[in-house]
Amino acid sequence: MTVPMSYYLVLSGLVFLIGLVGVLTRRNIIIILLSIELMLNATNINFVAFSAYLGNVAGQVFVFFALTVAAAEVAVGLAIIIALYRHQSSINVDDFRLLRW
Amino acid sequence: MTLPLADLLTILPELLIVGAACLLLVLDPVMPPAKKSLLAWMSLGTLVLCFFISASSMNDRVFAFSDLVVVDPYASFWKLLLYLVSALTILLSMTYLKEERIDLAEYYGFILLSLVGMMVMVSAADLLTIYLGIELMSISLYIMVGFKRFEGKSIEASAKYFILGAFSSGILLYGISLLYGIGGSTRLSEISAVVTSRGGDDPLVLIALMLVIVGFGFKVAAVPFHMWTPDVYHGAPTSVTAFMAVASKAASFGALLRVLLEGFGGVKPNWNGIIFAMCLVTLGFGNLVAIVQTNIKRMLAYSSIAHAGYALIGLVVAGQAGAESAVASQGVSSIMLYLAIYSFMTVGAFAIVAIVRRSGVEGEELEDFTGLAKRHKGAAFLMMVFMVSLAGIPPTAGFIGKFYLFMAAVNAGLTWLAVIGLIFAAVSAFYYLRVVMVMYMREPSASQESETRLALTPATAIVLACAIAGVVFLGLYPAPLVSVTQSAVLPF
Amino acid sequence: MMELLVILIPVFPLVAVLLNGLLGHRYSHDLAGRIAFGAVGLSFVCALMVFGHMLTTGAAYEVIAYSWIFGGELMVNLGFLIDPLTTIMLLVVTGVGFLIHVYSVGYMHGEEGFTRFFTYMNLFMVSMLLLVMGNNYLVLFIGWEGVGLCSYLLIGYYFDKVSAAKAASKAFVVNRIGDAGFLMAIFLVFANFQTLDYTKVFEQVGQLSTGTATAIALCLLVGAVGKSAQIPLYTWLPDAMEGPTPVSALIHAATMVTAGVYMVVRNHAIFDMAPMALTTVGWIGGITALFAASIGLVQNDIKRVLAYSTVSQLGYMFLACGIGAYTAAIFHLMTHAFFKALLFLSAGAVIHSLGGEQDIRKMGGLHSKIPMTYKVFLVGTLAIAGIPPLAGFWSKDEIMAHAFIHAHYGLYLLAAIGAFLTAFYMFRLTYVTFYGQSRMDPDVEHHVHESPGIMMKPLLVLAGLSVVGGFVGFPPEHGWFHGYLAKVATPVGALPHVVSLSLLLGLMSVAIAIALGGWGLAHYLYAVRPQAADDLATRVPGIYATLLNKYYVDEGYDRIIVEPCKRLGLIWDWLDRQIIDRCVRGIGHMTDVSACWITWTEKHVVYAGLNVIGYGNHLIAWSWRKLQTGMVHHYAAVIVVGFFLLVHVLLLWLTGASIL
Repeated sequence: MTVPMSYYLVLSGLVFLIGLVGVLTRRNIIIILLSIELMLNATNINFVAFSAYLGNVAGQVFVFFALTVAAAEVAVGLAIIIALYRHQSSINVDDFRLLRW
Repeated sequence: MTLPLADLLTILPELLIVGAACLLLVLDPVMPPAKKSLLAWMSLGTLVLCFFISASSMNDRVFAFSDLVVVDPYASFWKLLLYLVSALTILLSMTYLKEERIDLAEYYGFILLSLVGMMVMVSAADLLTIYLGIELMSISLYIMVGFKRFEGKSIEASAKYFILGAFSSGILLYGISLLYGIGGSTRLSEISAVVTSRGGDDPLVLIALMLVIVGFGFKVAAVPFHMWTPDVYHGAPTSVTAFMAVASKAASFGALLRVLLEGFGGVKPNWNGIIFAMCLVTLGFGNLVAIVQTNIKRMLAYSSIAHAGYALIGLVVAGQAGAESAVASQGVSSIMLYLAIYSFMTVGAFAIVAIVRRSGVEGEELEDFTGLAKRHKGAAFLMMVFMVSLAGIPPTAGFIGKFYLFMAAVNAGLTWLAVIGLIFAAVSAFYYLRVVMVMYMREPSASQESETRLALTPATAIVLACAIAGVVFLGLYPAPLVSVTQSAVLPF
Repeated sequence: MMELLVILIPVFPLVAVLLNGLLGHRYSHDLAGRIAFGAVGLSFVCALMVFGHMLTTGAAYEVIAYSWIFGGELMVNLGFLIDPLTTIMLLVVTGVGFLIHVYSVGYMHGEEGFTRFFTYMNLFMVSMLLLVMGNNYLVLFIGWEGVGLCSYLLIGYYFDKVSAAKAASKAFVVNRIGDAGFLMAIFLVFANFQTLDYTKVFEQVGQLSTGTATAIALCLLVGAVGKSAQIPLYTWLPDAMEGPTPVSALIHAATMVTAGVYMVVRNHAIFDMAPMALTTVGWIGGITALFAASIGLVQNDIKRVLAYSTVSQLGYMFLACGIGAYTAAIFHLMTHAFFKALLFLSAGAVIHSLGGEQDIRKMGGLHSKIPMTYKVFLVGTLAIAGIPPLAGFWSKDEIMAHAFIHAHYGLYLLAAIGAFLTAFYMFRLTYVTFYGQSRMDPDVEHHVHESPGIMMKPLLVLAGLSVVGGFVGFPPEHGWFHGYLAKVATPVGALPHVVSLSLLLGLMSVAIAIALGGWGLAHYLYAVRPQAADDLATRVPGIYATLLNKYYVDEGYDRIIVEPCKRLGLIWDWLDRQIIDRCVRGIGHMTDVSACWITWTEKHVVYAGLNVIGYGNHLIAWSWRKLQTGMVHHYAAVIVVGFFLLVHVLLLWLTGASIL
């Protein structure tokens, strides 16, 4: 029995939305980072599902690139968070309001 | 599998710059501090070399790596512009970093890496390469924005840029994954075929299109995806701000035009309305909010938003359904011209902000410029010319850029879009001229006179000379640049 | 040979700009001044030679410096068109400009920013010359913006005066409104003719439909109204008097403000196709002429009286254009340049000798103390009031006669009343300033002195021109001037008309009577019975206050445009914070993913609707700025909301509904 394509799409849509809402609602910058990772992983589900469905490896290749880029992004992101924490002693995004207006 | 040599030669400039960047990062720890400026000169040398390579292949049209990459006149034009802007940024940074005591050679490595990302963006023929280019550019920029790591503002800007940038590329990537699902490929040419055959009413196509526009809208700082711009431009080191405002905007426009016109060329009516709406709100928002800014960097950030709005006019023209191809290519070439001109004046303005220093801090508040004309005539005069040019007053280059854009709009029958542009250009004079007024018509306080000095070195002098030469020369004799942009438009 | 001369005309001042601007701090003020007026003098010589050549050949020609913009259908040269109209303008600009430059050397002597002043002045000359010489709309536009910019810099010349900076900004912003109209006209011209060259445009002008011609003409008129300070965009000119007096004379009287008139005359072929636009021009001019003159009646600042008088005289020129009397418009432009420059400069000499005093209530009795200044000022007054045979009489009479003969009786009436008021306020100014008891501070009075020779000589030349300048247009309608300009300033399709000599003489005597009447009234009120004027003011306080406050137009603009905007801004600011905050908080509480999805799809319509209204009305920058909360998740929320908004726009677009 195969799982229909639409299941994958719904799954990835839900994961993407969970990530999106997480970015909007969470205040802890690490959780926001994780939420962004969820969004990226939702796209990876999409790519793999489409790839299997279409019988075309290009999507899986894309996933490798996306994973690598995400890893690099997280590395830089965590470094920024550490610098920020040293400065503000907080990782709550509500505290970062030096720049506004 | 082996890589064919021809493919590698096609991306020779990118390889050279990556090589230079890696070399920089390796050499940085072993170089004695006194000789570190050598590294900056080395990166400049690489840029000059690449400039000649790209200029010599200006008229070629080559696909490489099984159509992942294309080097055509359009890509070469953007690359030449990007080399120039990067070189100016490096020159400016050499002085600026010393003044701010963040003189680390790895900075130049990040500029080069970011530049490679931009180059990949403009010569990508596949969504995969576009995505890689965007990420390479952005990740380097996240770091550069936070380069003043002892300063709260800089780190905060970096964090905001990072979160929002990653968020927007997540959205873009989701759009790309849907497009892959529709077309079975991420090649722009194949996507174009599928999109055209499925038509504009397919909801999947529409959603993917929208997600892609959001992703790029963020990068070019178009309203309503602009919110990061003022904060990040304000917090970042000024040399980085200049680089972002010019190079990353140019590269993003380069990629956006290619994606929309080549990938989604078959469904122009579907995106043209959106771009139109974005163009209007961007013009309005950027220009009106700039009026109430008191910090020059923030003011220039809003001005850069407004300029993205002007450039979008050209995209509306190019995407006009049923427009003749001559008119459409006029739209594209006027964007290229506009952004090239915009580069000169914006780099110039930021350079002035970076070198006018008051009590050891850069002069980023409007108040720091009070009566500048009395003490530093030259700097005040240059700033005036840049402001006048940004406001689009002839005979500076800024006028030529706006003139071509509005002319393209009138030719495409979008007369009242041109009228709106004109009105906002008139409004913009208000905030640009306020800088001139502060410099020329206010008496500086005594402490201010003694506190203000110019960080004028040969390197910054070269930057200012290039910027002013560009603004004046392109205003008086724009013909050569115009013909280059017209011969380098995307094929329609 | 001629081509070289033509190109040299703007090049001389340009060289002076570069010299003084770049190296001016290296050498003395003396040399800087000499370079500045020398350059303009050389331009004047060249202009004279070009004029002489034009006299002998009479053929218009074009000189192309280089091709400036091209690409596609667009081809614009940096080129000059030399025809009779251009040569007249050249002579006026360089001639009067030269005299004012010479005068400025004396007037600005010892000022700290001496070199800066002359750099701007020369830059102004370059722009003004491009404006009058250009052979296409774009070169005209460069000059147009250039003079605006120089005017801006020169009005704000005095660092320490806050009012000067404000006046400069006001002038620039008001002018930008006009410029937007002008630029629109340029785009329309290009869209219709595929070229921007005058000659090619005017050749094809017959193909225009009346509607298009009217649209172009009205856009041009918006530009002209802004630059030439006509109703409703005139408020910047009186404020512009904050600049140094030579600037007021050169820019805000003799040259720049007449650019609008020049532009209308240059484009008369288009205006002739659009009778409606032409009528508008005439009435704007006529009403402005009367309106500004009435304000001039009661002003107490010597320069402000002259400023309102300038607005009023420009009104006469517009009136002349509106009734097709283009030659008369240019004629009046020329004589006005002579006598208004004279009046401003001699007013400057008065201010100079009183150590900076501009209020005429603190003057009086000066005619014996500075007799030379008094005499030249009197000549200017006689000329502007229209006393024959001075210059102003001929040109103003011609405009009024033309209005009467061509049956524009309403405009004639406006012009006639305006002429009476002109004579009155100018003689009032003369009497109050130069006659009666001295009302000066004793220590000021002690220092009153005649101005130095370098300032007086240009005054004498201008006085001479104000006396004889009118004879080039004698006899009326058939003078040398009219023949010279016939080719370029005759309305399309104008019929030759025969007017009886008696009618002409009759109109002339009416004009003389009006001028003498104004003089007589001023004489009675300010010389014979000095108390009468004050009595009059106290008897009709309402009218007096209204006039003194310039009909409250500035206050009205504030109350009608500026204040409501601010108030609206505050309201929207509040609403905005409420909506944005609520929404963001609302999203925060939606932790249940499925509920979130449903709520969003349901709500985004409402949400987007609210925002469309919010954003649409949100034209006030301040409240926009408050959107920038500094909070990352707010920004992210705006991105998401923006996405839904765009989907919205897209759906509306696709379903064919107009979003606009």
